[in-house]
Parts: sequence; C-alpha cells; structure tokens
Amino acid sequence: MNSPKTIYDKIWQDHLVSDNDDGTSILYIDRHLVHEVTSPQAFEGLKIANRKVRRPEFTLATADHNIPTMDRDKGIDDPESKLQVETLEANCDEHGITFLSMADQRQGIVHIIGPEQGFTQPGMTIVCGDSHTSTHGAFGALAWGIGTSEVEHVLATQTLIQTKAKNMNIQINGKLPVGVTAKDVVLKIIQTIGTAGGTGYVIEYSGEVIRSLSMEGRMTVCNMSIEAGARAGLISPDRTTVEYLKNRPFSPSQDKFDSAADYWLSLASDDGAKYDKVIKIDADEIVPQVTWGTSPEDVVSINGNVPDPAKISDSEKQKSMFRALEYMGLEPNTNMTDIKIDKVFIGSCTNGRIEDLRAVSKIADGRKVAEHVNAIIVPGSGLVKKQAEKEGLDKIFIQSGFEWRDPGCSMCLAMNADKLKPKERCASTSNRNFEGRQGRGGRTHLMSPAMAAAAAIKGKLSDCREF
Amino acid sequence: MEKFKTIKSNAIPLPMVNVDTDMIIPKQFLKTIKRTGLGKNLFYELRYDENDKEIKSFVLNQDEYKDSQILITGKNFGCGSSREHAPWSIADYGIKCIIASSYADIFYNNCFKNGILPIKLKDEEIEVLLSAAEDSLNFTIDLENQKISYIENNTQKEMPFELDEAKKNCLLEGLDDIGMTLNKVSHISSFEEKQKSSNPWLYSQTIK
Repeated sequence: MNSPKTIYDKIWQDHLVSDNDDGTSILYIDRHLVHEVTSPQAFEGLKIANRKVRRPEFTLATADHNIPTMDRDKGIDDPESKLQVETLEANCDEHGITFLSMADQRQGIVHIIGPEQGFTQPGMTIVCGDSHTSTHGAFGALAWGIGTSEVEHVLATQTLIQTKAKNMNIQINGKLPVGVTAKDVVLKIIQTIGTAGGTGYVIEYSGEVIRSLSMEGRMTVCNMSIEAGARAGLISPDRTTVEYLKNRPFSPSQDKFDSAADYWLSLASDDGAKYDKVIKIDADEIVPQVTWGTSPEDVVSINGNVPDPAKISDSEKQKSMFRALEYMGLEPNTNMTDIKIDKVFIGSCTNGRIEDLRAVSKIADGRKVAEHVNAIIVPGSGLVKKQAEKEGLDKIFIQSGFEWRDPGCSMCLAMNADKLKPKERCASTSNRNFEGRQGRGGRTHLMSPAMAAAAAIKGKLSDCREF
Repeated sequence: MEKFKTIKSNAIPLPMVNVDTDMIIPKQFLKTIKRTGLGKNLFYELRYDENDKEIKSFVLNQDEYKDSQILITGKNFGCGSSREHAPWSIADYGIKCIIASSYADIFYNNCFKNGILPIKLKDEEIEVLLSAAEDSLNFTIDLENQKISYIENNTQKEMPFELDEAKKNCLLEGLDDIGMTLNKVSHISSFEEKQKSSNPWLYSQTIK
C-alpha cells in the first residue's frame, strides 16, 4: 500500500511535468486568472520575445482592482486606470482569452468570479498575479499568488518552476460559538501563528469547524492564508464542495460530473498523512475578533483592550507596537468598544460574497447607520449584486443608510476613488490593515461583516452579538 | 536578464520588521503598464510628505545613501501582496542586494526574476551589519563565493551566506526561465495528453 498522503502531496504529484536537475520541478497549471494590474508587463514580455499564449482557453480575465464602483456608465475617469483596463482588453483580444468586462454581469473580483463560475475546481492548480489566489484553496485546489514574471511564464508555457513547500495542518476543533464566523476563525489563526508563521508551508485547514463551514466561509479562511505567510491554504473536498459545483457554467458537463466528483473526493488527505507542523485551536476560544494595529496579526477580541507596549519585553516588538499605535492614533488599554469610527467598508475577496451580505442585512434591518459614519457595501461580483437584489437586501441596506455600489476591489486596496483620508478610521471586512493600505494615513480595523455592520450602526467598534 | 556581478557599495540601513509591499510601493504606482521608472517612488510614504517633499530624516533621502546598491532590513521583508512592482521599484532605484533575516515567499521569489539577490542571515548577524551600514562602511557582495565582506577599524570582516544552488545560477547566468522551460515543451505536451485521458473534464470545459 502507498504511504498516506496529504491533499497537497497528491495535487503536486498529479501536476508534475518533470523534475529539473537543480531540485526544482516544472508543475502544470490547470487554470490561470488574469487581472489588469499585474498582467500588462507579462503580455509585453510575450510580445518582445514573439511568444504566444499556450492555453488561452484555460485563462480567464477580468478588471477588478482599478474600476469605479459608482457611475459606471460614465466610464473610468482616471486616465492611467483607464489605459490599464483597455490594455488588458486588447491583450485578451489579441490572444483569444475570455475577458469579462465592466459591462458584463459576471464581472467581479477575480477570486469571487472563479468559484462562482465553476472555473475553480478541486484538484486543480490555479494561479493568478494576486496574493489572495489562496482563496480557491477552499475547493481543495492548489492555488497561489504569483508575480508578473511568473504570469508571463504561465501564459507562455502553462507551467511554473516550483520547489515543493512543507505541509502544515491547522485543526479547528469543536463548535463555533454564536456570532463567531469564518473571518473570526482566520483572524484567530493569524494571531496564533503570526504573519510569517506559514512562510514556506502550504496550510491545510481541517477539523469539525472547517467541515461545518459553507463554501463561502471556507473561502474567507483560505483567502487570508497569505496574511499568515502561506502562499497557499486548502481544505479537502467533501460533499459540500461537490454540491456547490453542480450546474455552474464551467463545471464539468453532466456526463463527466460524477467521475470528476469521484476524483475530487479521492484527493482528501489520507488518514495518517504526515505534516511538518500541526496547530490545534479550540473553537470555544474564538470570539468576534478585531485588529488594533497595522499588521493582520495585531488581533484582539472585541471585549479586549488596545495592548500596552510597556508590558512587552521583546524590544523589537515593542518598537513596532509603538509605531503601530502612533499610526493608528490609539492609546494603550483603551476598550476596543470605545473606538469611534468614520467609515465602514463591506466587501473584498475576503468578505464580498452573498453570505457576507446576508449577515450584514440581519444587523442592518430596521436600524440606521450612525450619523457621523459613511458606510459602503461593494458586492464581490455582478452576480452577487444581482442575488442580493433578488433577496431584497439592497433595500435594507439603502434604508439603513449604507451606500450600495458596483462590484470590484474598491477600498480594500484603494486603487480607485474609494479611499480613506488621512486619520480616518475604518471598520473593514477586507484583509490588510497595513499603513496606507486604504489610503494614505488611513486607519483600518479588520473584522467580520456582522462586526462591520454593528460598527456602522453604533458608530464605534461593537460586539455583533449584542444585536 | 543581466548577469549578477560582484557589488561594492555602502548599504542602506532600514531597521524595521514586516516591511510590506504597500510600504515598498503604494498602490497609486501600480497603474503603470511598464516595468521601469518606479525607483523614484520606492518607499513613497516613508520618503515624501503629503506635499511630495522629501522627508529629510528618512534614510533614502540622506546624501550618503543615495547611490547605495544594498539594503539591510528586518524580518519578514516584502510581506503582503504579490506585486512585482515591489522588486521593480527596488531594482529601478539601483538596489541589487537585500539583506534580511527572512522574507515573504512571493517577494523572495520575485527578486530572482529581477536580478536582485535577497540574502538571508541570522538576526544577530543583521544587527552587526546594520551598525556597519549606519557608519556608511563599504561592503562587497560576492555571490560566486557566497560571502559579504567589509573593513571595520582596519580589520577585514567576512560573513558567509547560504543560497539555493538553482537560484544562485539563475542570477549568475542571468537565465531566462521561460526559454529553459520551453526547451522541455515535449514534456508539457505529453503531460497534457496524459491528463486529458485521465481527467477529461478539464479539457472539455467550454467558456460561454
């Protein structure tokens, strides 16, 4: 009998084209997602070397980072953004790549539309010039972010040169308390292992809590693997995965679906598979989480306080805490629930799916956004937007005083017009609270959609369980 | 890509941990469709104030470091996004070698595609080099022999470093990865044939 394998080992084995003499391997790439920001230089490289795209039919492109989330009929104002989006469209045209434009209802954040279209499937290798490609790992795909040189390599060869990573298993055991969501789980994980904890590893998430999550929740967890330092995070496929993939536009056709599903389920990690590192977290320990600082590992529970650097002995850590507190404009030992906010951003590839919007609507229904707060909701895709409107969520949002926008990356990275002004404080469902991430001098607190909605209503960081 | 040659330069000391890619090159500069010209915006928000004026206290704005080809910094350098604009801006500024105790994976990998040597050393070795860098001493980075050397108080100091053999060759030879992979195109084609018969659904997907 073969020795037990992890899902990562199996997918690696199934995609090995050849081993190079120097210890690296050539790995086949099944699917490639492309967006406007990290691709123009790759296409330019192809042109200079007179190379073609090897598998345009395995490539899907959209514009998401740079596009406006309102007044779309007026087009893109910013000439640089406009040129970048037009360049992508022209490159796709030239190479025969499907491009979902701003006018297409299927357009959206690249990591939302891949799964939504069934383009993302278990057992695939999937790459994109974007670090949050780890999202697709929720399906039991091996998916990771790459740089532009590697985008060019995949376009030209449909392969990548890789070195195998180590296996890490993070088990979340028990049952999540009420009001605690996938976002709180992943923030807890990052707090536990740190932003470099997963460097050099592929993380496999397992345990009862992960099994009980919907595909949407699993995507939220895998999405932030990169914030824990791991290029890829994945979850073994199960019936939940198979159910999600039925009748999606790119899913295997009826006659092939059952054999595909058998293959997918066979990829789950074997009992007794060896991991280089195992982390166990008890679900009972997880409460609604928020960040206080400028690194995604700067996590506290909503009933906690801003930490006090004076109590830290490690001088390097103390120094970076002082810097973070100064940037964030916070005093040590402040109750997290006493922190007043100016803006709320609900959306992103972390939390821009329908389930996230439903969670927001439950809190918002019959309530009003605090007067001093500007709150925007940016659905992850045109189809998420359509579904939300079908369920009447848009009416609840608008009545409560939220702005209801068009899909895109928006204020997660603030490349378009949606951004914070210096010193503005934002409750955000996105993935990074780095200095300047949401606009120069802007102050970001990361949290779940329910927590961001609660913050919008109260005008300060709040516990969603009180609603 | 140009072949990596021995570097002789002083080094920019940046004693910060978790320097992320948003800090290295903020989003407003990602709208370009070129690889070049980003050096002037490297570390933009640390380097310029809100009126685009140089912040004198920031190390890149100090005269003695304006032509440095080496950057010495803290752990987990380059964390955050996959943007290759980060190594592009570093290379465009003229920095050819980074020395830190650890790097984020994607950034580390991106460096080699752009002729930048990212050296990993222990925290205590970084401390020693940072202090030499603050005195603006000149360093020699010899990739062939994998050592950093400098003269301090008339004494020759040497520090060896480890590097994966494949990555070292890639820099020394200035190799084109795509060209090398395309030499194995028959392997790729036969992989596709095999996969098409074992997992046919991967090949019959039609994009509507």
